[in-house]
Amino acid sequence: MPQEIPDTSIFDLRLSRRGLRLNRMCAALCSPAEREAFKRDEEGFMSRFDLSETEKQLVRKRDFAGMIEHGMNIYAMLKIGSVTGNSLYRMGAQMRGESYEEFLATRNIQDAV
Amino acid sequence: MPSRIVAGIGLSHVPSVGPVIDRGRQSAPAWKPLFDAYVPVRSWLEKLEPDVAIVVYNDHVAEFGFDKYPTFALGAADRYVIADEGFGTRPLPEVPGDAELSIHLCERLIEDEFDLTVCQELGVEHGFLVPMNLCFPHTSAGWPVKTVPLQVNVIQHPLPTARRCFRLGQALRKAVESYPGNTRVVILGTGGMSHQLQGKRFGFMNEKFDQWFLDELEKDPEQLAQLSHHRIMEQAGAEAVELIVWLTMRGALSPKAKRVHRHYYAPMTTGMGLITFEEPGLDP
Repeated sequence: MPQEIPDTSIFDLRLSRRGLRLNRMCAALCSPAEREAFKRDEEGFMSRFDLSETEKQLVRKRDFAGMIEHGMNIYAMLKIGSVTGNSLYRMGAQMRGESYEEFLATRNIQDAV
Repeated sequence: MPSRIVAGIGLSHVPSVGPVIDRGRQSAPAWKPLFDAYVPVRSWLEKLEPDVAIVVYNDHVAEFGFDKYPTFALGAADRYVIADEGFGTRPLPEVPGDAELSIHLCERLIEDEFDLTVCQELGVEHGFLVPMNLCFPHTSAGWPVKTVPLQVNVIQHPLPTARRCFRLGQALRKAVESYPGNTRVVILGTGGMSHQLQGKRFGFMNEKFDQWFLDELEKDPEQLAQLSHHRIMEQAGAEAVELIVWLTMRGALSPKAKRVHRHYYAPMTTGMGLITFEEPGLDP
């Protein structure tokens, strides 16, 4: 089992098992029709993938750190970003506990987005 | 003449590069340093006249989900469709495969005890496409080389070791050299360099580590193959573990391979590295 690294989540089989429903839902978002379905009826979409109430709450709140903690894979989460208007950098800023602008100010070249 | 690997390239596959190309923004000041670095690489590749690119990469939950996840998956098809990663399908032509070479590689690699998942249908996404865009851009006539995609699990632990990836490269070299017909192959190892995309450490980069990795990849790849995943993740960020894929590329080259190009640019959240190697004595 991988050792701990501070402020870092390592996506192993225990996390993957925990996040199986979340990650399945995100994988479906690789289809344009499913992205439309999510945008049209987010609650119905989450129910279709058997998300638990806790998982639904994380998605409703756009709680990206919480999703990662519950086994969402970062690359799966990018697809939730796609349907909710959150870019990787916006999700990252939230996970760091910063505003988007604060996060951008920490970068070497802010325009390479 | 036997077939052979003529060159190897290690490069990053940052997804934001795709839309920059699709929108023609390569000369924007923030992106120009990256794209300029590939101008001499493309001229060099044209002179090498490769027939096939073996692209060692990782999928990002576009084609492979966690219900079933292969450690090593090799494409064995005549064409690979452009996958939708959740942002729409990029306007790119399908990528030609070389099914005959793929079948030969599967036979030899499995005989050599690398138990691959064989994919007769496979969509390819930014891990594969961004390196192709940078090294082998398509024209209205399509892509200039055929391809063999080789997908490595670098996202769901346990991952194959760095050493296993290096040995896979060595086995690939042997397999290519036993393929009849004078096929000229370039191998690409893609991903990394330092980056972390989740947790409070989001955005972490380590240029010192990346430069050291580039140095060692050239001078002492056997030593790099002893790196643990933990050490890479601790020093370069959790998602930097993609770098083990570069070792497959390096393992496929001979000890005599000479480094040709090297570049590094780290504007936002990923150290974007580029290193190329050429095998000596390549005159036909």
